[in-house]
Order: sequence, then C-alpha cells, then structure tokens
Amino acid sequence: MTVREGTRPKSVGGALVDWLAEVPWWVVIIIVLITLFVGRILASSQERELYWKALQFVTACPQGQETCAVWDRIGVMLTLKATVVGYALALVLGLIGGLFRVSKNPVTYAISTLYVEVVRGIPLLVIIMYAGYVITPALRDATNQQVDLRGFPSAVLGLAFGYGAYLAEVFRAGIESIPKGQMEAARSLGMSYPQAMRYVILPQAIRVILPPLGNNFIAMLKDSSLISVIALPDLLQQGRLFVSRTFRAFEGYNTVALLYLLMTLILSIIVRLIERKSALPGRL
Amino acid sequence: MGKQPIIILRDVHKHFGHVHALRGVDLDVYPGEVVVVIGPSGSGKSTMLRCINRLETIDQGYIEVDGIPLDQAKNINKVRAEIGMVFQLFNLFPHLTALENVMLAQRVVRKRSPEEAEAKARELLARVGIPEKANSYPAQLSGGQQQRVAIARALAMDPKIMLFDEPTSALDPEMIKEVLDVMLDLAREGMTMVVVSHEMGFAKAAADRIVFMDEGQIVEETTPEELFTAPKHPRTQEFLSKILH
Ligand SMILES: Nc1ncnc2c1ncn2[C@@H]1O[C@H](COP(=O)(O)OP(=O)(O)OP(=O)(O)O)[C@@H](O)[C@H]1O
Ligand SMILES: [Mg+2]
Repeated sequence: MTVREGTRPKSVGGALVDWLAEVPWWVVIIIVLITLFVGRILASSQERELYWKALQFVTACPQGQETCAVWDRIGVMLTLKATVVGYALALVLGLIGGLFRVSKNPVTYAISTLYVEVVRGIPLLVIIMYAGYVITPALRDATNQQVDLRGFPSAVLGLAFGYGAYLAEVFRAGIESIPKGQMEAARSLGMSYPQAMRYVILPQAIRVILPPLGNNFIAMLKDSSLISVIALPDLLQQGRLFVSRTFRAFEGYNTVALLYLLMTLILSIIVRLIERKSALPGRL
Repeated sequence: MGKQPIIILRDVHKHFGHVHALRGVDLDVYPGEVVVVIGPSGSGKSTMLRCINRLETIDQGYIEVDGIPLDQAKNINKVRAEIGMVFQLFNLFPHLTALENVMLAQRVVRKRSPEEAEAKARELLARVGIPEKANSYPAQLSGGQQQRVAIARALAMDPKIMLFDEPTSALDPEMIKEVLDVMLDLAREGMTMVVVSHEMGFAKAAADRIVFMDEGQIVEETTPEELFTAPKHPRTQEFLSKILH
C-alpha cells in the first residue's frame, strides 16, 4: 500500500477516485470476458457438451485408469506438478549458480558461468528434448536400467536445468544489489562468509528478487507446455489429444488457453500478495 | 604505559591499483587508550582502520592485534569478533529490528542462547539510550538512533577494541551529540578505541593521543593539548586551521 501511495500523488477527487485507481482493471476486464465466454458456452447444449468433453480430457486419469486421486490426474494437474517441482529444483540450481557467480573462487565461478552461458544459448525446447531423448536413455544404459528418468522426472529435470540458468542470474543480480557495507558489517562482527550470506545478504536479496522470481514462476508454468514434445500428457498434450479425436481445434485450444490464463492469473495475484507481505516496514 | 600494545602496525603499505593509499604506517595502541585519527580526505584514515580488522589486506608490513599477527591468524573471524567496528553509514541490517541487529552475531558467532542474546541486546540498547526502539526497523529510526544501535551491535560481541570510522559525519548536527555521548561513556569505561573523526570536542574530552595522517602516512602524533596549542608539522597547522575555521 505504502509503495503505491508513495508513487502516485493523491488525487483531488478524493477517496472514491483513489479506490478506483487502486482496482487492477485488467483483472476485472479478463474476468468479465471469461464470464461472457462461459455464459455463451452454457447457453448452447452442443457447445456445453463439447467443452465438457475437452475439460474431461485435460483433467483425465492416467491412461488405463478409470478412477484416480486428484493428485494423480494428468493434463492440468500434471502441468501444475511439473511447474512446482521443476521450479523448486530450478530455485536450488539458481541459488547455487548465483552464489558461485559471486564467489571469488575461480573454479566455482567458471563452472557457473559456463552453465549460465551454455544454457542461455540453447532453446528450452532443445534442452527438454536432450533431457528426454539423450540423457535419460544414456543414464539407463550406463546404470543397467537402474536409473530410469523416463516420463515426469526427465521433463522436470529439463525444465529445472533450463530455468536454473536464468534464476542463477536473478540471484546474482540480487546479491550484487545489496550494498557492500552489509557484507563488511557482518564480517566485522566475526561472521564467516557463509554466515554473512545466509543471515545478512540473502534475506535482503530475496526481497529484491521476489518480482523476477515470481515472473519466472509464471513463465515456467507456460513453458512447461514444452514437455508435451517428449510425450508428457500435460495440459497442452491432452488438449491436442482432444482436438485429434474430435477435430474441434477451436474448442480444444480455447480450453487449453483459458486454463493456462486462469492459472497464471491466480499465480500473479498470489505473487503480488507475497511481495506486499514481505516489504520491509518503514521503507518507500 | 608499561603494558604491551594491543594494536601494532609496522611499516604498513597498501595499494589500490595505482593509488598508494598507505605508505609505511607505524602505530602502537595500548589497552585502554583512545586514539583519534584526523587528516584530509583521501589521506588513508579509513584504509588504516580497515586494515586493523583485515577488511583490507596489506601489501607490505606487519599488523598485530591482541598478540595475534594478522597475516598468521588461523581464524580471522575470531580476531574480528574481538574488534568492534562502527561505520560512517551505520550499515545496520535493514531486514532486522534493532533488537535483532544486536542479537544476530551474538547468536551466530558467540553461539549464545536466544535468551542470553536478547537480555544482552536489551541491556545494550538501554545503555545507548534507546531501549524503546528495540522492535523498530532501521528505516524507522533517525540517523543518530541508527548509529547508536550500530554501536550496541558491536559492543554485544564484548570486543576488546572499538574502531570508529567517522561515526558522526553522516548525521544531522542535532544528532551528533547523542552519539558522541555514548562514545565518551565508552572511553571513560576504559575501552580501547581508534576513532577517525574531526569532532574536536570529542578529541579534547576523550583522546589520549591524536594522530594526524596525510598522504598515507602518520605525520604527527601528539596529545590534544599540544595539537591545539602547538602543532609541530606545517601540514598539521594548515589542516587544523581549516577544520577549526
Ligand atoms: N576500494 C578502493 N579502491 C580504490 N581506491 C581506494 C579504495 N579505498 C580507498 N581508495 C583510495 O585510497 C586512498 C585513501 O582512501 P581512504 O578512504 O583511506 O581515505 P580517508 O582518509 O578515509 O578519506 P575520507 O576522509 O574521504 O574518508 C584514496 O585515494 C582513495 O581514493
Ligand atoms: Mg574515510
């Protein structure tokens, strides 16, 4: 709240105008459009049936199962799972990569720079194909089928490896944005470098990079659609299956697009709430 | 004084690229002494102070703190924990309250229990005159209050030495006194202090010795009385005439 009040001068119109300006109008417009769209669908019984069928495709149980737990469903649920697990792994990779990028050790610095530059130069789609069709079979062969990453694990690893490079840069920028005096004050009190990082630098850096971390999470939700190329039955893949069965591309991709939009909308609202909550008191 | 110096600098040199910031500095500080360092901007005052707790490494020379040669210190963190440092811009941790600022290193470095660290932190905040600000964040405090929290934070480690780098030069005039009063109390209690400051009132009241630096060297070392009545070195005279108006 303070941030917004600080950036926009109080208007002469008073509380009502202020309140109107606070409303995120783009959300309202999207909600109105979605409501109109859904209303139209519900009005026609044929449309209703088609979209209902599409919805069943994108929330189906895994192949060959009549019933299953919500958690085990494919389509939307698989997309969400791949995003959450993939992002969690990418955060770990990004944190380590970022710490290495700011370290004075030439070896760790070289490793992380290599990782960042190589991965950023290759399309995520290609990385995911590598994970699915190169790394996974090679690992299976090398370990006598002991390590089998086929399916979900390989998809998640591909996403995480690709996004980890971008998050490493986000973490690096966040750490570098903290004034040098903070590290010096911590060290002058006798803290070791890791202690200073953990208790002084990172807690501040996280607050700085919360917006890009949130944006990357939302971007990953959308990019997770790339895992459909290695045959994971995510939201996009299930939508395509519906289209190929019914020849109804319009309804199929409407369903897919609308569900992605709904998920990213909810996420961006959550991200904003977290950003507000974590703002430090007494700062503009 | 008859005792061993607690800080020894011998022929200390420091370069920053082409800048020769320290050009052979020799200094002895004895336990309980208050040494005030003055000198023009860029003369190496901050650099000398930062070398004493190895925030800067030196290129040549010898530094010993509390009997430990810094270049041989196996654990520099242990040495630093004995040396409190107060910065011009406070450098409080903005994500922590005043209380947490004073508690953090006690917990992490001294491994004190939460109860012990909090009790000590409250006691020190009371001592620097702001017990009621324990739960405020740095951004909610005035400059003078922030600097007093920073002093409490350093004192919480029970240091043997306190280093101050222009602790009042970023403060509004009306806040300078509240910080200097805390420092005066410390001096009276016998804390060993090296203070870079141009607050001549403080120097007169608390300094055992005044050190004048110029171009990376200690040009003159005297008592406050001598400095103000009869500065020996012409550059000292010139500098004093500037800061005393
Ligand atoms: N990190 C650094 N990198 C490059 N040069 C530096 C660095 N720190 C200090 N110097 C240079 O070393 C010299 C001494 O600086 P120092 O900060 O010790 O002076 P000072 O006496 O504290 O001055 P002031 O009164 O302005 O604080 C200056 O010429 C300064 O530009
Ligand atoms: Mg200085």
